[in-house]
Amino acid sequence: MTQRRSMFLLSSVVFGFAFLYVPILSLIIFSFNESKLVTVWAGFSTKWYGELIRNEQILEAAWISIRIAFVNACFAVALGTLAGFSLARFGRFRGRTLFTGMVTAPLVMPEVITGLSLLLLFVAMQDLIGWPEGRGVTTITIAHITFSMAYVAVIVQSRLTSVDESVEEAALDLGAPPAKVFFVITLPIIAPALISGWLLSFTMSLDDLVIASFVSGPGSSTLPMVVFSKVRLGVSPEINALATIIVLVVATGVIAAGIVMRNQELRRARDEHMAAAENL
Amino acid sequence: MSRKAYLPLGERITKGAEPLSRVVWGLPPMRWFRIAAHRMGIQGRTGVIALPYLWLLLFFLVPFIFVLKISLAEAAIAMPPYSALIEWAEDTYLTVRVNVANFLFLIEDDLYWKAYLNSAKVALISTILCLLIGYPMAYGMARATSATRNVMLMLVILPFWTSFLLRVYAWIGILKNNGLINNILLSVGIIDEPIVMMQTNFAVYIGIVYSYLPFMILPLYANLERMDMTLLEAAADLGCRPTKAFFTITLPLSIPGIIAGSLLVFIPAVGEFVIPALLGGPDTLMIGRVLWDEFFANRDWPVASAVAIAVLLLLVIPIMFFQRSQMKEAS
Repeated sequence: MTQRRSMFLLSSVVFGFAFLYVPILSLIIFSFNESKLVTVWAGFSTKWYGELIRNEQILEAAWISIRIAFVNACFAVALGTLAGFSLARFGRFRGRTLFTGMVTAPLVMPEVITGLSLLLLFVAMQDLIGWPEGRGVTTITIAHITFSMAYVAVIVQSRLTSVDESVEEAALDLGAPPAKVFFVITLPIIAPALISGWLLSFTMSLDDLVIASFVSGPGSSTLPMVVFSKVRLGVSPEINALATIIVLVVATGVIAAGIVMRNQELRRARDEHMAAAENL
Repeated sequence: MSRKAYLPLGERITKGAEPLSRVVWGLPPMRWFRIAAHRMGIQGRTGVIALPYLWLLLFFLVPFIFVLKISLAEAAIAMPPYSALIEWAEDTYLTVRVNVANFLFLIEDDLYWKAYLNSAKVALISTILCLLIGYPMAYGMARATSATRNVMLMLVILPFWTSFLLRVYAWIGILKNNGLINNILLSVGIIDEPIVMMQTNFAVYIGIVYSYLPFMILPLYANLERMDMTLLEAAADLGCRPTKAFFTITLPLSIPGIIAGSLLVFIPAVGEFVIPALLGGPDTLMIGRVLWDEFFANRDWPVASAVAIAVLLLLVIPIMFFQRSQMKEAS
């Protein structure tokens, strides 16, 4: 009985991971295909990487996207940390229910709705106060910050609720000003959450097609917008090459971050263990 | 030593952060901000809440008011392409023109109903498929040894970090007529002519299940991993069969995870645009795509806004459920 059950579990895990990874692997394999027909193997070649590097439209869009993603990630971490901290540490305050709602709703809100509503806001704002002047990189960045900060807030909040408040309380009792407690105690505790929040904001901004399409203007096509217009016309080996590069960069980053964070947790556990031993 | 033990990273970060934060707070804009806040009697706490609060009010909540407003306007050939709702007629009195024609149009036209119902259907079936595939995976992960568990967790998270658009694109190469699956089946000789899979509802289901599967697995895994295993041991000791123990103990206890995962899949899937646009055919009607076309192809902003309001009405209850489950999770 248990034998049969564990066989079932094993096969469903294997099937699930195959489902998740076969498409990604096929992207990578066919990026090295000689033929333009993406799915017919005609020998190994790296020529599509060369084509990719020479494609100025893609390079320019990638540069715009990376700039937006970087600024977005920094703002999103700052605002999201404040939001997550408020939710985790301030108990009840006026308007808390609305605040919680505004932090969690962007996580699931369909992108077409967020995109359309932000565009209408920007148009109305330009009408009323003359800012933002037209649409472009600024409006895309604002739109991205809005949904990214919600993710950061949730990550920071869950990290803060999982750690003990007593260290912060002790520091406050001993007379440390709240801002100092935040920078000296809270910030180091939530540092891993901030790092993953920054990386998540960066990649989500780099990946967003729908919202950016609504709020972008002439001359500010982001990478996903260029990729989408190419992909709509059919498969193209250059896009496979681009995908391979992104997958490799992300995989390296995620694995490295995972190892660093695990080592840090281990060190913290060891330090705590030693501190406990010292106090005996 | 013991102080360092409590703040392993803190010591190092503080040394850098303290002078830095003093400099930042001393910079003119920050100083003015601080003085202004002080004069208005704003405490530090209020300031901390106010910044993200105002941002979300302005860029998340207020935009919906404009969607509602423009859904009640008329389309016009202008920039922006809609009529003004409130106007000063002859500069003397205020006229308010509310136009419900957009909503009547949505109700009368078959296309919108079909798209609306089809989106709900596709999202629901995809959610169930994600649950059927994701639950055993999350269960298997939660019961694995801790080393394997970490590796598997990383493997689930990894696709979530790589480009969504490119992962959907990958399926074009697999599903199309001269794609991977058809090539393999043809060469083995199982089929004589390619099966048409691209531009069908089947492809859309594959795309949604594939893209949203990690969103289902992660909350389920978090729930199953925390489960008290002694309950199952007690059941087994008392002679309960594993299958029965699963249905009477594990499954009911994992309901919060099932709800969170299902809502994380269902709500965004209803408004999905990229997947039906890339993998679906011309007859794959989904409301997100209809909204996109109204906006970009027909340039009819008022009807697009009315569609957005209709989608929000469909999603408002699931979104509220999602918030409740998130709040429970946090407390």
